[in-house]
Amino acid sequence: MARAATNRRKLGLTLLAWSIGIVIFFPILWTALTSFKTEAEAVASPPSFLAFHWTLENYTEVQQRSDYFLHFMNSVIVSLGSTLAGLLVAVPAAWSMAFVPGRRTRDVLMWMLSTKMLPPVGVLIPIYLLFRDTGLLDTRVGLVIVLTLINLPIIVWMLFTYFREIPGEILEAARMDGAGLKAEILYVLLPMAVPGIASTLLLNVILAWNEAFWTLNLSASQAAPLTAFIASYSSPEGLFYAKLSAASTMAVAPILVLGWFSQKQLVRGLTFGAVK
Amino acid sequence: MKCALSLIGAAVAAFLGTSAQAETLSIATVNNGDMIRMQKLADHFTKAHPDITLNWVTLEENVLRQRVTTDIATKGGQYDILTIGTYEVPIWSKQNWLMPLDKLGANYDADDLLPSIRNGLTSDGKLYAAPFYGESSMVMYRKDLFEKAGLTMPEAPTWAFIGDAARKLTDKEQEVYGICLRGKAGWGENMAFLSAMANSFGARWFDMSWKPQFNTDPWKKTLTTYLGLMKDAGPRGASSNGFNENLALFQTGKCAMWIDATVAASFVSNPAQSKVADKVGYALAPDNGLGKRSNWLWAWNLAIPASSKKADAAQSFIAWATSKEYIDLVAKEEGWSNVPPGTRSSLYANPEYRKAAPFADLTLKSIQAADPLHPTVQEVPYTGVQFVAIPEFQGIGTAVGQAFSAALAGQMTADQALQSAQALATREMTKAGYIK
Repeated sequence: MARAATNRRKLGLTLLAWSIGIVIFFPILWTALTSFKTEAEAVASPPSFLAFHWTLENYTEVQQRSDYFLHFMNSVIVSLGSTLAGLLVAVPAAWSMAFVPGRRTRDVLMWMLSTKMLPPVGVLIPIYLLFRDTGLLDTRVGLVIVLTLINLPIIVWMLFTYFREIPGEILEAARMDGAGLKAEILYVLLPMAVPGIASTLLLNVILAWNEAFWTLNLSASQAAPLTAFIASYSSPEGLFYAKLSAASTMAVAPILVLGWFSQKQLVRGLTFGAVK
Repeated sequence: MKCALSLIGAAVAAFLGTSAQAETLSIATVNNGDMIRMQKLADHFTKAHPDITLNWVTLEENVLRQRVTTDIATKGGQYDILTIGTYEVPIWSKQNWLMPLDKLGANYDADDLLPSIRNGLTSDGKLYAAPFYGESSMVMYRKDLFEKAGLTMPEAPTWAFIGDAARKLTDKEQEVYGICLRGKAGWGENMAFLSAMANSFGARWFDMSWKPQFNTDPWKKTLTTYLGLMKDAGPRGASSNGFNENLALFQTGKCAMWIDATVAASFVSNPAQSKVADKVGYALAPDNGLGKRSNWLWAWNLAIPASSKKADAAQSFIAWATSKEYIDLVAKEEGWSNVPPGTRSSLYANPEYRKAAPFADLTLKSIQAADPLHPTVQEVPYTGVQFVAIPEFQGIGTAVGQAFSAALAGQMTADQALQSAQALATREMTKAGYIK
């Protein structure tokens, strides 16, 4: 009896989880399906789910019109570059805040987080002028710098949270064994925080990949990543939803695949320390 | 050996020489059918000008507007050619942000440009942007539904006729709505339509001392007519509908009438996209017997930022892209129905174009009827038909559009929306120094 109730509960929870998953995934699925429709079918009412004339013409046209590979490479370089640069700065910062906190550490952390609350457009003109004067407009280096700075508070906060879960005594023991600061961080702290660092890295890559405001405003043709590629297919005058969907599918596919293969690591990292 | 080295040296020198001379033009443009076609055909230009290469930056119009405004205001110099609307040209030329187009060549025939379009791009007798395509607005209607209801659409209808017909043609059970109009908030969305409609009711945005006029009778008549019409004969959720939403509704047979940009005619009459392609008729935008019709005037234009260091190459590209020869090239490669409309008188005199585009006459009449210098019945201190060509208009127009969209959604009454529009426009115009 009790076993049947447990099974029913399990089934109910499974169904609930699948339903939520489908609801969350549905917009992406719909975009992918629309990318295989003609423009007329893309706006048909009522819409057809699977019974339509499947076509690859949108993908062909997108390929002909845009240099997908250039935008893709820009996205890869900008998101990986900004994540690695961010980690380089954030690891020592999070270490010092977690293991050698000062009186103002909490205030500093809150201040860092508060910078995320400023609407980006508020600093667009000063940053644009800085980029213009330093020749960084429409360069990958410029985008790496700006995305590193934008995502740094999140990286520091995430790493700080993970590092805090590591007992300070272990680091202390390493120091007593003669480990210097570099060895302590590289050989003791980082291996223990690998799940946290991996999830921080993945999350930051996703955030940088999807960042649209700065990448659209500071790039033109040479450094424009996939966000600009998608924006070039949006139009308020003309129904080009099928082409827009094809461009969107091509833009999100790489990050979707990355997320799919690294989901275990991502979930493990994000729930690190949540259950004791 | 020596000879081989000399040859290599000469080749490298020739290559470097070519590289040094070659100029790359960065062109910022919008994503629409005509602009994409221009990109496809640009090889013809580069073949004739091997020393010029083209870099395209195509963006959605609102993103483009933000990008090029930031760039030109800060003299960022990222673009050599900008695609800008008739709203930006007078403001930016006054700021000396644009270069006058005085080297378009002897064959350019600037006199062939439609006067109403050309006037909006000219300042102190100088042309600051060349029109790539122009549009006005008109009524598109379902001939079959009109016939079934025993109605005949006049070529120049009045608002009273449109209102009666819309109510008669509405069959909400069958999801057929008498009229589809813009309701989505924005200065280029519902306010483009409502400002043009207000002109035909004798309303104006500002009086001669820049005082907002939303507390006047013509604006009240405009808004109550619009809200009443949409309540009785408009589709559900109309407050979220812009051009694309209404296009989808019309193409799928859910609207008996749609008043919007003339460029829509090529979409709704295309059998590959539209279920009602062979049933569409066209008429001029309605009037109210006051001598002004409710049609707007817009053009996408090519201009050169004053900071560009490649002005000569940029002018030769603009001269090519907006020439009569380019129109002929599009006609040859893609057919007459695909040529960019609304810029040149010669196009409308061309029998082949008139045959391919049955809406050509009405488009021309609509464009000619719109006068950016005298948009409404009364005198105004501004230029622009469906906008006011001042920098503050984008903000004010969108805020007023939000109030009117809220009234359409039933969140406030027409009077409340007008009061709100009057208060916010007065506040902003005072803050900007127009009202002393």
